[in-house]
Amino acid sequence: MFDRRLIKNFDWGLMALILLIGMVGLGILYSALTAGNETDPIHILFKKQMIWMGTGFIVMMIILVIDFRDLDKMNLFIYTLCVGLLISVILFGQLGGGSRRWLLIGFVRIQPSELMKIALIISLASVYATSISNTGFNFRKLIKPAVLCVIPFVLIVNQPDLGTGLLLLLIAGSITLFVKVERKVLYTVSGICIAAAPLLWYGLKTYQKSRILTFLNPDRDPLGAGYHIIQSKIAIGSGMLTGKGFLKGTQNALSFLPEHHTDFIVSVLAEEWGLMGCSILLLLYLIFLFWGLNIAYNCRNMFGSILAFGITTMIFWQIFINIGMVMGLMPVVGVPLPLVSYGGSSVITNMVGFGILLNISMRNFSSN
Amino acid sequence: MTEFSQNQDRDWIKQRFIIVSVCILFVFALLFLRLVYLQIIKGKEYRLLSEKNAVRLKSIKSPRGLVFDRNKKLLVDNRPSFNLKIVLEDAGEVQETVKKLAELIAMPFQELMDYIAREGKGSVYKPITLKNDISRDQLAIVEAHKFDLPGIHIDIEPTRYYIYKKTAAHLLGYLGQINTKELKTGKYPNVKSGDSIGRYGIEKSFENYLQGKQGGRQVEVDASGRTIKILRTIEPVAGLDLYLTLDLDLQQTAEKSLENKAGAVVAIDPDNGDILALASNPSFDQNDFIGGISSKKWNALMSDPGKPMVNKAIQAEYPPASTYKIITSIAALEENHITMNTTAYCPGFLKYGNRTYRCWNKNGHGELSIINALAQSCDVFYYQAGIKVGVDKLGQYAMGSGLGKKTGILLGNEKKGLVPTSAWKKKLYKESWQGGETLSVAIGQSYNLVTPLQMAVLTAAIGNGGTLYRPRLVKTIKDGHGLVIKKNEPEITGGLPASKETLDIVRNGLLKVVQGERGTAGRIRLKDIEIAGKTGTAQVYSMKTNDKRKAEDLKYSLRDHAWFVCYAPAKNPVIAVAVLVEHGEHGSSTAAPIASALIEQYIQGPFKEKI
Repeated sequence: MFDRRLIKNFDWGLMALILLIGMVGLGILYSALTAGNETDPIHILFKKQMIWMGTGFIVMMIILVIDFRDLDKMNLFIYTLCVGLLISVILFGQLGGGSRRWLLIGFVRIQPSELMKIALIISLASVYATSISNTGFNFRKLIKPAVLCVIPFVLIVNQPDLGTGLLLLLIAGSITLFVKVERKVLYTVSGICIAAAPLLWYGLKTYQKSRILTFLNPDRDPLGAGYHIIQSKIAIGSGMLTGKGFLKGTQNALSFLPEHHTDFIVSVLAEEWGLMGCSILLLLYLIFLFWGLNIAYNCRNMFGSILAFGITTMIFWQIFINIGMVMGLMPVVGVPLPLVSYGGSSVITNMVGFGILLNISMRNFSSN
Repeated sequence: MTEFSQNQDRDWIKQRFIIVSVCILFVFALLFLRLVYLQIIKGKEYRLLSEKNAVRLKSIKSPRGLVFDRNKKLLVDNRPSFNLKIVLEDAGEVQETVKKLAELIAMPFQELMDYIAREGKGSVYKPITLKNDISRDQLAIVEAHKFDLPGIHIDIEPTRYYIYKKTAAHLLGYLGQINTKELKTGKYPNVKSGDSIGRYGIEKSFENYLQGKQGGRQVEVDASGRTIKILRTIEPVAGLDLYLTLDLDLQQTAEKSLENKAGAVVAIDPDNGDILALASNPSFDQNDFIGGISSKKWNALMSDPGKPMVNKAIQAEYPPASTYKIITSIAALEENHITMNTTAYCPGFLKYGNRTYRCWNKNGHGELSIINALAQSCDVFYYQAGIKVGVDKLGQYAMGSGLGKKTGILLGNEKKGLVPTSAWKKKLYKESWQGGETLSVAIGQSYNLVTPLQMAVLTAAIGNGGTLYRPRLVKTIKDGHGLVIKKNEPEITGGLPASKETLDIVRNGLLKVVQGERGTAGRIRLKDIEIAGKTGTAQVYSMKTNDKRKAEDLKYSLRDHAWFVCYAPAKNPVIAVAVLVEHGEHGSSTAAPIASALIEQYIQGPFKEKI
C-alpha cells in the first residue's frame, strides 16, 4: 500500500537543486549551440537534450516507486544484466562494425558502460554492507568486490573506452576506501599500482599516449589536443570576473572547440558568465555533493548509506575530471559534465543516480 | 541487514564522512583557484587574445603523389592554384565586401553570395572558398585591392593536373570533394571537409598512398584576418608517387585508333600481366572534375550515348563471339573428343534437332581440322565440338581460363562477365538447358559475356604458355626522394586448363588466323612480326535469312561488335592485345588493324633489337 509518509518525507530540497542545476545546464547548452548560428534559433540538439532530460525525469520518478532495499536483493540480477549488455556490445560490434543496431530500443541508443556504473555501485554497496567493520577489509574479503570491478573494466576498456573504464575504477576505489581497508592492503595495492604504471603505459593506444604527452607538454600537438586546450583556456580566461554576457561569447567554441557542447561546455559558461557564473555552478555542485553525503550519513540502512555515497562519488568524479580537463589541469578525456553536457546516455545515467538518492532520502524513516 | 546500532560504529563512520568532505572541499578549492588564476590573474591577457580572435588554425594542404608511366614520363602532376577565400568574421559588412569583390573580378555577386550561403553554415572563422583557381589577372586585382577587401584572402594550394587531356582517363581516374557521410566513416583521418579524394580509377584505388598528410599552422591574425605572426607550423607530407606499368605512347596510339568509335583496347605484357595500355572510348577530361564538375558538363557526359564514364575495358560486358572458340578448342582437345587430325565437314550449316544452325560462311568451309577451323573461324566445326563437350564442361574450361570472374585489376567496379551452365540457367530462369543452346555457347554467341580485359588476360596466357596473371597497374610506389616504399611483384592467379600439346595446337591455329592463307585476319599481316590472334563478330541483332538488307544498312546501334584478340611475336610474345569496337561489324576489318598497329609500334620501339 502507498505510504503517506513517502510524500511527507520527500526530499523537495534535493529535487529543487537537481532541477536548478538542470536549468542552468540547459541555459549553457543553449548558448553553446546557438552562438554564431543565427539561422537556426533552436538547435536540434537542444531539443533532443530537452527530450533526454524529460525522459530522464520520468525514469527518475519510476525509480522512486521501487524501494531502494529491493535493489539490494536484485543486485546480482542488475549486475549480470549490465555485464550481459557489455558482452553483447562486443559480440555485435564485431559483427556489424557499426554499433547502432545492438541496443536500439525503439529509436534510442543506449551505452551499457554508462549503466554499468550504477550496477557496479549497487553490487559493491550490497557486498560491503554485509561485512563492514571498523577494522577494515582484508585481502580475502576484497576478492569478490575486485572480481566485480575487473569484469566490466576489462569489457569496457576493450571497447575501447579507457575514460569510462578508469572512471569505473575511480568510483569503485573511492567506495572501497570509504568502507575502509586494512593498512596492509592499502600499502600493497598502492605499491602494485605504482609498479604497474609503466606496464599500463605500453598498453595504451597511440592516441591515448599522445593525449597524456600533450597534457604534459601542450606544444607537442599544437594543431590537435594542444590547440583545444589553448583555445579552451583563452575562452575561460577571457570571461574574467563577470563574463561577456549570455550569447555574447566571441570565443565560443565554434571554430575553436569541436566538442563545445559536450566535453568542453564549461568554457562556454566561463566565457559568458565569468568567474561569478563558474563559482555559482561550482557552488551548486558542492551543495549537491554535500546533500548526497548527508543522505548517506543519515541513512540507517548500511546498504543505502554506501549506495548513496557511491552515487555521490560518481557525480563528484565526473565534475572533477571534466572541469579539470577543460581548465588544463588534466589530460583530455571524454567525460561529460553532469546535467550540463549534451548527451543522452549521460543524462539518463545521472538521473537514475538522482532517483536512487531521492529514494534513499525519502525512505529513511522506516527502519524495518 | 546491518544497522547502525552501536555508537562506536557511528563514530568511525562519521570520521570517514569528515575525511571525504575535506577531500571534496579541497578539490573544489583547487578548481576555484584555477579559475581565479585563468580569469582574474591572466584574464586580461586572454581577453585580449579572444577579442582579436587572434589565434587561428590554418591547414596546409599536402600535395598528392605524382603518377608516372613505365618510362618515367609524368602523367599526373600538381600545379599551384590560387584559391579565393573569405572568412566571414573578418569581412566586416559581408555584403559590401563581396559586392566590391564581385565588381573587381567580374563575377556575379549573387553567385558569390550563394557559395557563402551554402558553405558558411559552420563557423564564421572557417575560410569559405569563393572560387578555386582564379586567373593571374584576378589574382593581381585582388592583391592590389587587398586593403579594401577585409576577410578576403588567397591561398596557394596544390591542385591536380592531368597533363595529357583525356588520356587514360578511365585508368587514372579523377578527384571529387569528400562528402559528410564519407568523413563520418573515419576512413579518411587526414581529410577535412572541402578536401578532395580519389573518386575513380587509380586515384581512388590508391588513395591511401597518394593522399599524403595535411599540415597546419597556428597563426596570429590581425583584425581583417591577415596573418601577422606564425606561431607554430607542422609541414605537410606529400603523397607517394606511383610508377605505372602503362606505356604512354602505346596508350595514346590505342586511344587515337579508337577515335570516333566506341570501344576498348587492352594491351598486356604476357610475361607478367603488366597493363601496357588500357583505353576506353569515348573518354572525358579529368581536369573538368577538379574543384567540382559543372552540372552542365556532368549532364553532357551522362547523356552521351557512347557512355564516356564507363570504362569499357573492365566495366562493359560483351558476347565473346568467335574469340570464344579458343575455349571450345581447349575443352574439346583436353576432353579427347577431337585430336589435331579430327576433321569435320562444313556445308555452311548444321541441322540440329529441328533447327538449322548457319555457319558465317554460307558456302561452307568444306572438310577441315581444328587448326583450319580456328584459322577460318568455322562455326560448324565448333557446333560439333560443342555438342561433344557439352555446356557444363565448356563452362568449366571457361572458368578455368579466367572467364566469369574478376581478373583482380585494382580498379573499381570491374565486371566479371558470365559463363552460362545448365545449373545457372535452371537457377535463373527455372528452365532446363536446351541442347541447341550449347551450339550458340560453343561459338560464344549465347548468354556468354566477357570484358575486354578478361580476353586480354586469357590471350596473354595462351601466348606465354598457360600462365594467368593478375593485371598489374602499379609497378612501384616511391616517396618524393625516390625511396621505394612498395614494389608490386607479378601475381599468378592460375594456369590455363590445357596441356602443352593442346596449347601448341591452339597457338598454331591462332597463328594461321593471321599468317595462314585463308585466315580471317590475313589482311593485318606484318612484314617482320608474326601475329597470332582470333577475330570475333558479336551479333547484336539477329537478321532473318530472308532479310534483303545488307549489314551496313542496319542502324548503328544494331550493328555487330567487332573483336580481335592476339599476341605477338607468335613464338615468344612480348605483348598481348584485346580490341573491342562496339558496332564495328567485323573483327577482321575494324578491330584487327588497331591491334596490329599497336604491336608494330611497341615491338619497333623497345624490342626492335631483340627480334
